[in-house]
Amino acid sequence: MQDIIKVENLTTFFDEKIIHNKISFNVKKNEIFGILGPSGCGKTTLLRELCLLEKNFNGDVNVLGYDFNRLSQKDEQKLKESWGVLFQFGALFSSLNVYENIQKPLLEYTKLDKKLIDDIIRFKIDIVGLKQSDAYLYPSELSGGMKKKAALARALALDAKLLFLDEPTSGLDPISAREFDALILKLRDLLDLSIVMVSHDLRSIYDTIDRFIVLDDKKIVYDGDIKGVKEVKNSFINTFFSLGDSV
Amino acid sequence: MQNVRVETKDGFLTLTFTGEISIHNLQSIIDFTKKLDFESYTGKTIFDFKDLTSVDTASAIYINKLLKKYDIKLKAPNKQIVKMLELTKENSDKSFEYKPDKLDFLQKTGLYTYKKFAFVISVLNFLGELFVRKVKLLNIKNFRTKELLYEINQTGLKALGIIALTSFLVGIVIAYQAAVQLKIYGANIFIVDMIGISVLREMAPMITAIVIAGRSGSSFTAEIGAMKITDELDAMRSMGFDPYYFMIIPKILALIIVLPILIFIADMFGILGGAIISKTELDLSFMFFIDRFNEVIAFKHFFIGIFKGPFFAFLIAVIAIYRGLNVKDDTQSIGKNTTKSVVESIFAVIVCDALFSVVFTNLGI
Repeated sequence: MQDIIKVENLTTFFDEKIIHNKISFNVKKNEIFGILGPSGCGKTTLLRELCLLEKNFNGDVNVLGYDFNRLSQKDEQKLKESWGVLFQFGALFSSLNVYENIQKPLLEYTKLDKKLIDDIIRFKIDIVGLKQSDAYLYPSELSGGMKKKAALARALALDAKLLFLDEPTSGLDPISAREFDALILKLRDLLDLSIVMVSHDLRSIYDTIDRFIVLDDKKIVYDGDIKGVKEVKNSFINTFFSLGDSV
Repeated sequence: MQNVRVETKDGFLTLTFTGEISIHNLQSIIDFTKKLDFESYTGKTIFDFKDLTSVDTASAIYINKLLKKYDIKLKAPNKQIVKMLELTKENSDKSFEYKPDKLDFLQKTGLYTYKKFAFVISVLNFLGELFVRKVKLLNIKNFRTKELLYEINQTGLKALGIIALTSFLVGIVIAYQAAVQLKIYGANIFIVDMIGISVLREMAPMITAIVIAGRSGSSFTAEIGAMKITDELDAMRSMGFDPYYFMIIPKILALIIVLPILIFIADMFGILGGAIISKTELDLSFMFFIDRFNEVIAFKHFFIGIFKGPFFAFLIAVIAIYRGLNVKDDTQSIGKNTTKSVVESIFAVIVCDALFSVVFTNLGI
């Protein structure tokens, strides 16, 4: 399978503090890829670098065939239209309702007529498992789970093939979290998505993620699937995954 | 059109698609298909998808519509396309009828009136809460001296420079305009009366109030509004820190204390500006200016200017805080309420000033 994200010798630093020290990994097409690690190890930073929100790094990053080191303004715009990002707290535009939140990128980037856009929006609302009557609610009127679903619908508005999820199940109750996991799996199969996600949720890691990396102490300490992880000697991995045995 | 080809053969209309259709090139496909006469080929149209690699959900929704409307047959679609069409068909069959109710004229009028009414009630509610429940129960124990001093520093000390500068410039402007006219009549010395009364009585309090409304009023609204959105106000309440004692009363008191002092500074600098222009334009020495000032300007003018300060301060602070508490859960309402706060408080200050003018004139002060 082809790689849609290739990262080589990525080094990130803030002022004098090094966050990642020469890390390399790749993400394959149609894969759900996890970024794991203890708090403060730079998982979210890594995710933000992959979606061009953070540019404080050295090294080669290649996403969807675009080399980040030679990215023209136009390429950057094109890339940003071709992926979707789901932020940890949804980050829906608070002055727009769910419908308008999804409508925004469609109006901005396509010339489709209103009726078709309407159909598309209603389809997206449906596919992420929201009710049609939720469309006219404002973000402040939504529960945490609904906010994430609405934000997911917005991220999918332009039929992105690549999704970045920042802790998609955090802050959700266990039932909603499992529902959200199922939703992500379903969408991956239905829409041929490739997904990169940061997660802390063990159940979600077991259920959804195909392959993951574990960041610890500025390095990647593990890269592979869930089967091989137990053999690794690393205090974070050992504590984190032994929790899984007791669950 | 690069990825659609049309053929008519044996009474059949065949459209051959190549490449992929996605939301980005969908519009050109739509424009293309709109020109075709599907009506007369109903049931006799074929979409050849042999060379079409993929479609996305948006285009699948559109294709499904065409298929359903004109009974079009598909030829050799690949797995991905079949899956996509199935997926969007399932959903397009469901009814998407839900629309929120549109209001008619009567309902709109009713809603508008009710909102205005609710606004008046909520202002009264706020004032009632402030005076009846909070100010009444204010005592040495729940009085926050530290917050008060902080606010005095923020709204007073840090505003000294801008207040001094604006009123200095206003003094210069008034003196300049007056100097030209007075020179014509040879009434040079009356510039002192003119500057003294206008600056002390009206200009200094007004300028100060307007600058403070723009400076501190807007910041009160934005600060309290943002705290409301991030639930910080609720967090304070849940810990038993009453926002009225921690934020609101210190802010109001700070402005009430600070504004008269700022007006005093504005008086000084306004008159200084006037005196400088009197010297350069009308050749009145500083000594003469001060002598004449002492003679003709009664103490009451200064006192009236300072006296207005606490009233203006109260209006500005209360409007700004009310607007801050009125912020709803979206970010835009911070902007809206901040605008309203500044506009309303300047308006209120002017109305209040007009009232004072009428009252003082009738009282003969």
